[in-house]
Amino acid sequence: MMKRFKGMDKASRDTLITYALIIVAYAIMQALLSLHAISSSMVGLLVPICAYISLSISLNLVVGISGELSLGHAGFMSVGAFTGLVAAQVLAPAIPFGPLRLLVSMVIAGIFAAVAGVLVGIPVMRLQGDYLAIVTLAFGEIIKNLLNNLYVGYDGALHFSMKDVASLGMNGGKVLINGPQGAVGITELSTFTAGFLLVLFTLFVVTNLVNSRSGRAIMAVRDNRIAAESVGIDTTKYRLMAFVVAAALAGMAGALYAMNFSSIVPKKFDFNTSILILVFVVLGGMGNIRGGIIAAALLTILPEKLRFIGDYRMLIYAIVLIAVMLFSNNEQVRMAVDSMKSRFARMRDDDVIDDAAEGGEA
Amino acid sequence: MGFISNLINGISLGSVYAIIALGYTMVYGIAKMLNFAHGDVIMVGGYICFIAMNNLGLPPLVAVLLSIVGCTCLGIVVERLAYKPLRGAPSLAVLITAIGVSYFLQNMALLVWGADPKAFRSVLDLPSIKLFDGQLTVSPISIVTVLACVAIMVGLTLFTTRTKMGKAMRACSEDKGAAQLMGINVDTTISMVFAIGSGLAAIAGVLLCSTYPTLMPTTGSLPGIKAFTAAVIGGIGSIPGAALGGIMLGIIEIFAKAYIGTQLADAIVFAVLIVVLLIRPAGLLGKETREKV
Amino acid sequence: MSRDDRTHEVSSESKRTEGTYKAQSERAARGAVSSPSAEPAPSADSKKGHGSRARTKMVAPPNDYLVPERDALLTPVLECRHLGIDFGGLKAVDDLNLMVGKTEIAGLIGPNGAGKTTVFNLLTKVYQPTRGTILLDGQDTAGMDTARVSREGIARTFQNIRLFDSLTVEDNVKIGLHNQVECGMWSGIFRLLRYWLSEKEFHDRALELLDVFNMADHAGDIAGSLPYGAQRRLEIVRALATGPKLLLLDEPAAGMNPVETEELMDNIVKIRDDFQIAVLLIEHDMDLVMGICEGIVVLNFGKVIAKGTPEEIQANPQVVEAYLGKQD
Repeated sequence: MMKRFKGMDKASRDTLITYALIIVAYAIMQALLSLHAISSSMVGLLVPICAYISLSISLNLVVGISGELSLGHAGFMSVGAFTGLVAAQVLAPAIPFGPLRLLVSMVIAGIFAAVAGVLVGIPVMRLQGDYLAIVTLAFGEIIKNLLNNLYVGYDGALHFSMKDVASLGMNGGKVLINGPQGAVGITELSTFTAGFLLVLFTLFVVTNLVNSRSGRAIMAVRDNRIAAESVGIDTTKYRLMAFVVAAALAGMAGALYAMNFSSIVPKKFDFNTSILILVFVVLGGMGNIRGGIIAAALLTILPEKLRFIGDYRMLIYAIVLIAVMLFSNNEQVRMAVDSMKSRFARMRDDDVIDDAAEGGEA
Repeated sequence: MGFISNLINGISLGSVYAIIALGYTMVYGIAKMLNFAHGDVIMVGGYICFIAMNNLGLPPLVAVLLSIVGCTCLGIVVERLAYKPLRGAPSLAVLITAIGVSYFLQNMALLVWGADPKAFRSVLDLPSIKLFDGQLTVSPISIVTVLACVAIMVGLTLFTTRTKMGKAMRACSEDKGAAQLMGINVDTTISMVFAIGSGLAAIAGVLLCSTYPTLMPTTGSLPGIKAFTAAVIGGIGSIPGAALGGIMLGIIEIFAKAYIGTQLADAIVFAVLIVVLLIRPAGLLGKETREKV
Repeated sequence: MSRDDRTHEVSSESKRTEGTYKAQSERAARGAVSSPSAEPAPSADSKKGHGSRARTKMVAPPNDYLVPERDALLTPVLECRHLGIDFGGLKAVDDLNLMVGKTEIAGLIGPNGAGKTTVFNLLTKVYQPTRGTILLDGQDTAGMDTARVSREGIARTFQNIRLFDSLTVEDNVKIGLHNQVECGMWSGIFRLLRYWLSEKEFHDRALELLDVFNMADHAGDIAGSLPYGAQRRLEIVRALATGPKLLLLDEPAAGMNPVETEELMDNIVKIRDDFQIAVLLIEHDMDLVMGICEGIVVLNFGKVIAKGTPEEIQANPQVVEAYLGKQD
């Protein structure tokens, strides 16, 4: 068993460790939950943590694997959140079983977010680097603004308006999305287990994509666009693929997130949320999916744990952020770490040589 | 008359954006970083001016000067402490650090000055100018804003083309390594750019708050992002581009608010950015660079 | 093995080509015209071309195409007519006429800044030509982009090595095989049968290709950490993986020591023989160029100043002048 594990290539071994980590964490949390050993504020954080982990994994596909800086990930999250909410309401009579309704709503949310991803991605992929980043920021803000003006009602049929509730022209029924006030009276379908399964699904999709023909093409474009073109890779297609898959996954996470609360406003999914997700990815190490997962979990818990210091907590958060960036990227610090690493590596190499020598004698 | 009034307001708001955009453009040109904390320097400039006028009772001109000096120092300190150690680090790390600095400034302001909005008293205590039998009112601060913007543009253009320091700045933005070999002190030059950018942000903060008199810890974020958008529209790195982009954006925003709706105005502003970049990927006045193969 | 032996060996492999180059005849046969030229020994075919010119009234390129005799009756893998590109006011490449035979090893040489790499960039559509046409195996590549040209059969390496640095050697070759093995996004994500079959094929073919340069042992190494010479070889393997008809090598021997260069020369000839493809290479190492190239084009200031066999090029006074300056 152990031998087989060691014989695997590094990528599949990494992936397995990540799966194991998530499953173990879930099991521990479930055990603690059944023992009532965690505070109620932490219990409230479980679903958001799962949503943020999923978002961190999906954004990693764009930023780490595809190498494009996206500052509008929350936009796709919000598309998914609101389509998911509407779908859950409309499907309520048809699918009374909550978990199944959540699943179907999340799939619909993913599809709508993917469509939004294509619509945004096609113009975005004509740009590169910082220009691409600023345009994703712009799209994120546009999506937020449009949702701020969106009114949706349901009275057996769906009614849409970009003006106000009155112009929906409803016969009784219920207003599902009320412009800047967002959605209220949400049926809270999301559960920790649903969140855990979404995290697993997101990880499954992203790691499998990365370790396939398409994933190699995506990474080739990241490493060297001109060389990728020169071997016949349609660079726009693969950049768009990463972008759209990430958007779809973000939409599903958005639906999960939204159905954890009784009400939610479009403003929740603004630029700052996009940045928050980006911070998970960067702190976890770009392209390092496991790092991004851990960063997402820690940084969602940290502000909660810092609540006792009141107004200082966001200040501390900012200082931690700057300090980590300075520490992990400063050239002197990096050189010191590298030299330490190589010393360890040399020690280990010596071991290997010793082993080999022993093996030879045997 | 409504049209002319909107146009004047648009040019005035655009001038503020232009002044902020200059800071973005210059910093990007030399440090190749998106300085997301720039918008929050505007807010700090507003607060310093507010405190100086309301709490210390200083005359407006002194308050403005104090605000400029304060922000200039802030710019230099932030650059030295947060950005300089990251020279040569991946650009994303620098970006996240800038966002960290932005959070830091906002939360510091929250702790020091509180969350409740302050009513900013205009630095110009003059009555509005009424034209055409009162059909058109022009506030003096609009005129001052536009004049300040023009003066800054001319001043900066002269500075970058005529003075030794200005030429050093341009050299550094072309090629830092080569500039260093020519005996230019790159660190000093970069500090200088941050100082100028932050000083300009202070001016922009005072002018912005004089026109829209609510001052909060988050006052700078949205104008900051929009000014950055303006810099990109104009072609990032280009001084006339920042002016063009800023004024264009100001006019579009005011007209969108007047004729389409307040809620959608921002969406339209960002849509303009997208359209411009799709037609001219390096902005209106930016130069396109081709990767050497 | 001495350099002379090698030249001889190449010649014998290409079915006795020593001194038997002749003007390409196919165009004349099609009714198009091959022009009279400054060629030392115009062949019978090109004379026939003269005859037909009056009838068809077509404009002949002022050109003296050369291909090895064994390729003479086959469609040339590459033909450029009046190719040119301007950068601003500068004519970086102008009126370039070039023909590469189906299995020819051809050289493109010239002083620094002559426009050699620009020619490669034009052929692979990194730059779109301002003027002229490029025929790849008889097909006009106008309007194609870089990726399409690669799929049609031009592969290249780069002067400043462009590998996928963070990926393994094997992955680099697998990416080269991208259009040779099919597996869609959904098969990849949901690990359908197609995925497992394709991955096996990717793996087997990648190792097979790496074996050309004896690099299979390094399949798991990160490409960016390889020594310089190995990176150059990997770039060639990656280019070969795309299944090209024409392989463009941009200074393949740059930075290699003489032993490595010797080995590289053997390998280029071996690749041509095994894969039956054409090779067009840019190189400053004259031992390599004169040793393995069958036809040579000399470029200076974006224009062709000489064409011919290695012997003719070495004797050409214009070439000597371009490299050494005018001798009084």
